[in-house]
Amino acid sequence: MEFIAGKYNYWIYVALMMIGFYAMIAKGNLIKKIIGMNVFQTAVFLFYISIAKVREGTAPILWDRTVLYDNPVPHVLILTAIVVSVSTTAVALALIILIYREFGTMEEDEILRIQKNGSAVPPGKPE
Amino acid sequence: MIDFALLFFLVVCAVAAIQMRDLLSSIMLLGIYSFIMAVVWTRLNAVDVAFTEASVGAGITTILLIAALSRTRRMETKQCVPPANLLIYGTVILLTSAVLLYGTLDMPTYGDPGAPAHSHVAPRYLEKSYEEVGVPNVVTAVLASYRGYDTLGETTVIFGAGICVILLLRRKI
Repeated sequence: MEFIAGKYNYWIYVALMMIGFYAMIAKGNLIKKIIGMNVFQTAVFLFYISIAKVREGTAPILWDRTVLYDNPVPHVLILTAIVVSVSTTAVALALIILIYREFGTMEEDEILRIQKNGSAVPPGKPE
Repeated sequence: MIDFALLFFLVVCAVAAIQMRDLLSSIMLLGIYSFIMAVVWTRLNAVDVAFTEASVGAGITTILLIAALSRTRRMETKQCVPPANLLIYGTVILLTSAVLLYGTLDMPTYGDPGAPAHSHVAPRYLEKSYEEVGVPNVVTAVLASYRGYDTLGETTVIFGAGICVILLLRRKI
């Protein structure tokens, strides 16, 4: 029982990570892949923040009535990582919009079929 | 107990977000997921991370996704995955999760004060940052002072991403 209580946070993070991973490799829709990537990234963040926790510790803001604080270093790293993950998402979405303009779809299998047949006339584009 | 309930809701939201056919519902569920994650982090005492996640993760990401959706299509078309592919995906995911779970067996127990992550620089930051930087919030002190170059790099990444998005979407049809 103690073993489970000591590890279940890590197991939940593995589960979340695998849900995101599944969306990234198995879903054909590109926006779904981005959502999967976000879930995956947040799972990694959860793992880091779990490492930072100290039993009976408080938030690392100094005040005189406590002696035990959580570890501030993983918090700093994850603050940076959250912002970087939003940048990644923004660039990926811009690429998806371009792909949609070019192919008229954002489903992976349809894009591959259009590429093979070589007839890409997107809807709404005057030819 | 509430921690366990929150983590359970996280998993439910994540599964629902990737299974929805309507992409707008999917994005909304991702926003809910991010907010629950922010609550989990408040429970874990990572307050700075929690409000960054609530504003940047749940706010800006959702807005960006909806903006992208408004320029593309809302519904996901139904795809039929061949069983052979499903088998490959299942094997890859089972193998990866088995390796990760094996890795957690060697991790220090959750909340262990003697874990290696809490040695080295962390105690020094907690002891010295107030007299060296003068900010009671240690996370801010480390972010803006001790690891200032890290933050500069982060700003560079945001700047680069902004330039990329502008260059990619500039073309007029």
